[in-house]
Amino acid sequence: MNRIIVVTSGKGGVGKTTTTANLGMALARRGRKVAVIDADFGLRNLDLLLGLENRVVYTAVDVLAGQCRLEQALVKDKRQPNLVLLPAAQNRTKDAVKPEQMKKIAGAMARVYEYILIDCPAGIEMGFQNAIAAAQEALIVTTPEISAVRDADRVVGLLEANNIKNIHLIINRIRPAMVQANDMMSVEDVREILAVPLIGVVPDDEKVIVSTNKGEPLVLAENPSLAGNAFDNIARRLEGEKVEFLDLTANNDGFFSRIKKVLNKKLF
Amino acid sequence: MLLEFLERLFLRPGDTSRQQVKNRLKLVLAHDRTDISPESLEAMRKEILAVVSRYVELDTESMDFSLESSERATALIANLPISPGSPPTRRTSRCQFC
Repeated sequence: MNRIIVVTSGKGGVGKTTTTANLGMALARRGRKVAVIDADFGLRNLDLLLGLENRVVYTAVDVLAGQCRLEQALVKDKRQPNLVLLPAAQNRTKDAVKPEQMKKIAGAMARVYEYILIDCPAGIEMGFQNAIAAAQEALIVTTPEISAVRDADRVVGLLEANNIKNIHLIINRIRPAMVQANDMMSVEDVREILAVPLIGVVPDDEKVIVSTNKGEPLVLAENPSLAGNAFDNIARRLEGEKVEFLDLTANNDGFFSRIKKVLNKKLF
Repeated sequence: MLLEFLERLFLRPGDTSRQQVKNRLKLVLAHDRTDISPESLEAMRKEILAVVSRYVELDTESMDFSLESSERATALIANLPISPGSPPTRRTSRCQFC
């Protein structure tokens, strides 16, 4: 059963590409054959996060123009043989990719790869429509901020209008201490407002920047950070495993926080 | 659970920025999801008020007319307090459903 999953968000900069790179790598490490597609035409980034920018020769646009075969454009990951990347063009060509073409490419890849993860452009422009054309499932990434959640809600509506019913939510960059101080929406707040089932919670983590600097996804680390673990857990949930959500309560085990824990227990 | 209750007891709701952002989001999403223009909403509000005012006198000070959204379903909430002890302004014929 080969799955085509689109990674989307309403607002830019909430962590779509980081999510795509880490989930792709985590699934590949679990023995799945994975292809990640960068559908953000004109703003190529996925190759950078995977550290594969020097290996890009052809892009999706070259494939569509018939200048190379699909296999030639796929970049094999240097660390993980189960993972390949289809890069986006960095210069926007005047004839951008059409939804039909996206379907064709993703369809061809789905015959070979078990997971196709499509990194979407942000927003609701034409590029977004192209990117979601081939997908059966969607992951929506949002941070717990008002503008990101509002835009995510718009995208949920659009996905549903495009008949993508299998939608799951990833809440990124949560800061537990701020939630406890009642200065940030909690995971449950955001989940309730968007009314989309949750598949992952990723804490705000400086390691993400370090991993981007190196071009090494977090899930590759010897001792994965909290965020790395969170992404690995999302991959496991995609695989159908039941994995508890990380307990992200700020670890101050003082008197008050223990009382809080008792008081926070569900009563029935 | 209990903590939320205690917080409600001791903190005025809407005190924290977390509560504020939730309220603002819910309001804005209710409008986003229905896609009714502010003009239409205002026109609808006036018409509904006109109808209700035909039967009872309304306390226009404390009226509340808003869209609310939960679990991807949106409701129009109209809270129209009736002025205390006011005789109905102008009773037209009995409504057919009463």
